[in-house]
Amino acid sequence: MSGIPHDHYEPTTSGEKWLHSRLPIVGLLYDTLMLPTPKNLNWMWIWGIVLTFCLVLQIVTGIILVMHYTPHVDLAFASIEHIMRNVNGGHFIRYLHMNGASLFFVAVYAHIFRGLYYGSYKAPREVTWIIGMLIYLLMMGTAFMGYVLPWGQMSFWGATVITGLFGAIPFIGEPIQTWLLGGPAVDNATLNRFFSLHYLMPFLIAGLVIVHIWAFHTTGNNNPTGVEVRRASKAEAEKDTLPFWPYFVMKDLFALAVIFCVFFAIVGFMPNYLGHPDNYIEANALATPAHIVPEWYFLPFYAILRAFTADVWVVQLASFVTGGIIDAKFFGVLAMFGAIAVMALAPWLDTSSIRSGRYRPMFKWYFLLLVIDFVALTWLGAMPAEEPYATFSLIASAYWFAYFLVILPLLGIIERPNTPPATIEEDFNSSHSKESSQPKEAFESANPTPAE
Amino acid sequence: MIIKISFAAISAIFLSANMALSAGGGKQHIEDFAFSFEGPFGTFDQSQLQRGLKVYTEVCSACHGLRYVPLRTLSDEGGPHFTEAQVRVYSAENFEVFDADLDDYREATPTDNFPVNDSVGAPDLSLMAKARAGFHGPYGTGISQLVNGMGGPEYIASLLTSYTGEEKEEAGVTLYENTAFPGGWISMAPPLYGEDVDYDDGHSNDLHDEAVDVSAFLMWTAEPKMMDRQYTGFVGVLILALLSVLLYFTNKRIWAPVKYKSSM
Repeated sequence: MSGIPHDHYEPTTSGEKWLHSRLPIVGLLYDTLMLPTPKNLNWMWIWGIVLTFCLVLQIVTGIILVMHYTPHVDLAFASIEHIMRNVNGGHFIRYLHMNGASLFFVAVYAHIFRGLYYGSYKAPREVTWIIGMLIYLLMMGTAFMGYVLPWGQMSFWGATVITGLFGAIPFIGEPIQTWLLGGPAVDNATLNRFFSLHYLMPFLIAGLVIVHIWAFHTTGNNNPTGVEVRRASKAEAEKDTLPFWPYFVMKDLFALAVIFCVFFAIVGFMPNYLGHPDNYIEANALATPAHIVPEWYFLPFYAILRAFTADVWVVQLASFVTGGIIDAKFFGVLAMFGAIAVMALAPWLDTSSIRSGRYRPMFKWYFLLLVIDFVALTWLGAMPAEEPYATFSLIASAYWFAYFLVILPLLGIIERPNTPPATIEEDFNSSHSKESSQPKEAFESANPTPAE
Repeated sequence: MIIKISFAAISAIFLSANMALSAGGGKQHIEDFAFSFEGPFGTFDQSQLQRGLKVYTEVCSACHGLRYVPLRTLSDEGGPHFTEAQVRVYSAENFEVFDADLDDYREATPTDNFPVNDSVGAPDLSLMAKARAGFHGPYGTGISQLVNGMGGPEYIASLLTSYTGEEKEEAGVTLYENTAFPGGWISMAPPLYGEDVDYDDGHSNDLHDEAVDVSAFLMWTAEPKMMDRQYTGFVGVLILALLSVLLYFTNKRIWAPVKYKSSM
């Protein structure tokens, strides 16, 4: 593996040499685990481990649930109740799986916004960013299909609304929708294919996670300063970095334990808080719920979808220019997917020469506004589609696009960034020891301390 | 730091914000009854569940079923906790089920579920206490549910005690005014008036008590493993908290020589 110079695995015993010359798997694991990692990573760098752990949790609990679940419209709802009542520990495993999805999305949003603030998407980490966005899309697909499986009212009507989005595509929309559903409406064929894909996609995610990790192990981690690790020599790199094991493994495990403490409290004491009561009513094609609301983690994009109604001038303009091919419904769909697309394009939209938001005085405020905007969109997605929420949604959606398409490109030109520290070592020492903030001490502390 | 505040804000919202709107009745009034099973350490009151079962059996079961609830679970710990013999007698005396092998009806046994009852199109009650939310908002934030719980049993108890006595006929159906029901008019006639059942334990059987008892029973039918779940959750939190403390000190010790090396 290229990247930051560090020690590699050397087989010593004859057995190790035998294996290493045939399959260097121990070497691969060693290099992965001993990866030089910037010393100064803060607590926002723990979400990767949390996400990996969530994926494992979801796959393990999911596989157990599959053993007792029946993907058939007449039996699915009853089989969930069978899990909740008759399967040993089934109720807890199901609640872990249900709330695990929420934890997964809390972590992924924190992870994404960390990347957006510290410029982790910028060169040379564009590929890591794009793969991350693909993982996020797959996560949304997996979560959506998983929510359909209990075959409750929200499952059914959520599936109807979301697959209906594809029906909004001009000309080919309806055939696509029918193809997705396996029929003219959400029915047994839909449930079966969603079940199949819900089982498949986590393994695709797992594959992409490996590529994601491979990509950033090649470029090295970003860090809060955005300054690159010095990599002219091993000795120099060691001043900026520490091996992943044990320093970051232990730090991440501590954070993971704290987060799981909260997670277990939610699963144990309020497992239905993040769910919707209507999903405890079996799906009924003849009774539409009063409000069809997606799971909380889709709400920001649901708000964007609904924001662009026929009376908005951009929608009218698009409709006029395309001769009516792009109507309000299709515009909403484009906006929803566009909101994720502009985020994926951030590496090429951000023109600033400085990577980390820490040294960008103007960027900080626009970023804070983006976070508030995201929270506002989450809230607006849950409110009914009426005034004043419709106008708020439109403003909030407009800011989301403006941030990526206008503010990021312009800021690089008009902003005068502060000067980041010259090295990661300097940043690390200045935040951890008072004496070493003096240049003399910083110079002396260059002697690496052996690990215990 | 802006960044820390923003992330704290985001997580706070995600953990609390949510799902305020299901049944969106503006004038709905749900009373916040105090149940023994509320809060992280709440438990089902065994005698209350037994009384609630009696109300269900003698009143509700005329129109409603409990299709997902196995009769044998009536003897579960953390539930009504009858003896197995009592459950056998109860099943045989009260319910008949269709047996495909006999091609005929027979007396129910503990291995059967409560029978389905859709004779008048009344909804099944197995999950009713989780399928309704009594508390909403404010403003779509979900704070009310965070503080008070989802409010399913409160909704049921309020519904049973909120008939005003007004009736009206609409398209051949008699509707009864009920201030807890979304829309204000419900097709179910008042099922309880007070003193409808005589409790075996001599407990007061006025309308309020009967409504609360049967709501507690329906919370148990909806979430029979609640006490198990809370116990597992508590043990999980305890172990993870201990693990967090150990990992905190481990992490601190590992990093100490790196962070403070100039002073060592």
